[in-house]
Amino acid sequence: MSTLHSLATDIALGNVKIIDLTHTLDPDFPVIILPPEFGQCARFRMEEISAYDHRGPAWKWHNLTLSEHTGTHFDAPSHWISGRDVPNGSVDEIPLDAFVGPVVVIDCSEGAAQNDDLELTVEAIENWEAEHGKIPTGTWVLMRTDWSKRSGAAYLNMRKDGPHSPGPNPEAIQFLINERNIRGFGTETVGTDAGQGAHYVPPYPAHYFLHGAGKYGLQCLANLDQLPPTGAILLAAPLKIKNGTGSPLRVLAMIEG
Amino acid sequence: MTEPLTFPPKKDPQKRSATPTRPPEARSRASLALTAAAAEGRFALQVCDECQIVQYPPRDACMNCIGTDLRWNDVSPKGHLLAETTVQTSTKLFFRERAPWRMGSVKLDVGPLILCHIHGDCTRDSAVKVLNRLDKSGQAVLIAIPLERSDHMDDDPQLRALSAHPKHRRILITDAWNPNTPALARALLDAGAATVFVGEAESWRPHPNRDALASMANVEVLPLDVTDTSSVQKLAGEIGGKTDILINNARFLRPGGVLSRGDTGFARDEMEVNYLGLMRLAQAFGPGMCARTADGVNSAAAWVNILSAYALSNTPEYGCYSASNAATYSLSQSLRGEFRSSGLRVMNVFVGPTEDDWHAPLPPPKVLPQSVARSVLDGLNDGLEDVWCGDIAKDIRDRWRKNAKVLEREMTFGSDGA
Repeated sequence: MSTLHSLATDIALGNVKIIDLTHTLDPDFPVIILPPEFGQCARFRMEEISAYDHRGPAWKWHNLTLSEHTGTHFDAPSHWISGRDVPNGSVDEIPLDAFVGPVVVIDCSEGAAQNDDLELTVEAIENWEAEHGKIPTGTWVLMRTDWSKRSGAAYLNMRKDGPHSPGPNPEAIQFLINERNIRGFGTETVGTDAGQGAHYVPPYPAHYFLHGAGKYGLQCLANLDQLPPTGAILLAAPLKIKNGTGSPLRVLAMIEG
Repeated sequence: MTEPLTFPPKKDPQKRSATPTRPPEARSRASLALTAAAAEGRFALQVCDECQIVQYPPRDACMNCIGTDLRWNDVSPKGHLLAETTVQTSTKLFFRERAPWRMGSVKLDVGPLILCHIHGDCTRDSAVKVLNRLDKSGQAVLIAIPLERSDHMDDDPQLRALSAHPKHRRILITDAWNPNTPALARALLDAGAATVFVGEAESWRPHPNRDALASMANVEVLPLDVTDTSSVQKLAGEIGGKTDILINNARFLRPGGVLSRGDTGFARDEMEVNYLGLMRLAQAFGPGMCARTADGVNSAAAWVNILSAYALSNTPEYGCYSASNAATYSLSQSLRGEFRSSGLRVMNVFVGPTEDDWHAPLPPPKVLPQSVARSVLDGLNDGLEDVWCGDIAKDIRDRWRKNAKVLEREMTFGSDGA
């Protein structure tokens, strides 16, 4: 039996399960909020073109409005100024093999339940590795915080001094890039950086270092609690948008068992 | 004295809602100047340039000297009631449904003898003031009221039919985020509104008005985002049948003209909120409101748009915002025509620069939220179509009427230098 045939059989038999890590594209789903004098991320909007009516009798369809960075989405290197000159840095240029690959999940949900501003640190990564082994080269690293279970105002958790949500500190993200050569980093929050990420040096270190190194980002992920710490495969292919800096996408994971 | 209007009982769900009817709409072109004055609450009559006589009803020539140079001047509305009668029935459905109806003759201090509607508190031979008001057809009619105000005089059925008074009515303010929303809600409740619904976009992030609105009794904050058709349709499905007055204060504003921006991002947002937002609201709420303009004490009465006075003539410092408001103003005129047959009134409140972050670099005077609220309330009370809020809005209106091109030239001066 070929590898693919064997995989298809395992999926059909339930030996390999497909997990959906995607939020529904919904007009009410929060997007990142920047100071209002800056350009803003478009919210997801859906306008009916026709619905089996005088505008088109036998068919229903919609026009969509959204940003590259609305909902569960992929960040390409060209999203950040540090990645502007990275070769093949936009979603239409990224080699296909980047979109399917191994994934590890670092569970920070206990700490995030206690501390909205929980940092992923080098120490936390090393502790995780002590239990689950060294993060292999070319792996997606996802930070589980159970943030996706929040909704409404608790998700962005915006206060007068900005949003408060967990994320990696500059040392941790550099460790993952320089010492582990990961494929990319993903979170359940609205961005790969912590809510207060603007106050690190450099600001937004996850964006800055990941994309500067040609790595990818995934954010607004869901159902990370259904993934094992190691052993899953992630399928995350952004739309093929010319010069796109990112893209909403359906993120799927395959797990055994 | 007028009896206070009692809060209406709940509707009998087995009875058909009353079908809207209208008083006669036909007028001569000369008479429409009276309507234009009524639209902004002025009492104006024709004055002959030649012989200075004040005449009514409006004609194409002076009834005294046949002169044709007739100017419309604001004149004293005072007079005294000579005779009055009560019409018990009429061939016109509108009056038949509302009979008995008081009519009478008033001798105005400025000369003319007029036939007009009579407020219930007026007594024969007493001094009166004549109001020039829009009726359900959107045409000017005159009604005499007593000089002295009494506590519940706005509740007189004939006067109330010529206004969009908020008392006992249920009102939707579309944008909880707008700095003027708490002041608007407060003023409406103080005027006797039964409920103030407030639409709130993006409840997933905090905004400065939330606590103020939450502390007001009879204010219901509900999800509404005018840029999201499904959200507008959903709220109309829920409360469209009991929205008597809709006040659209949703606004997107960023400074800048065409070249200072360099892209169409904010302009698109301005059109989405200011122009298409009105269209979405009108498509979702308009038909239901139009069907309920004769629905008793809390019938649908008015649609209110809060617009920038720069809708009339662009100010390049806020060039793209002005343009979106020009589009919105034009759309409101279409809505006037589309709502006209139902008797639902469209009131535009034009404001000058408002006291908020986006107008921070501008010198005073700037319009405060309380001033917007007062203008809206006065306009609803007087049944107006056009309200000018603040000195700058009034100044722009006057200059625009005097010479729109001169105003345009003044608004578009360049600057010297390299």
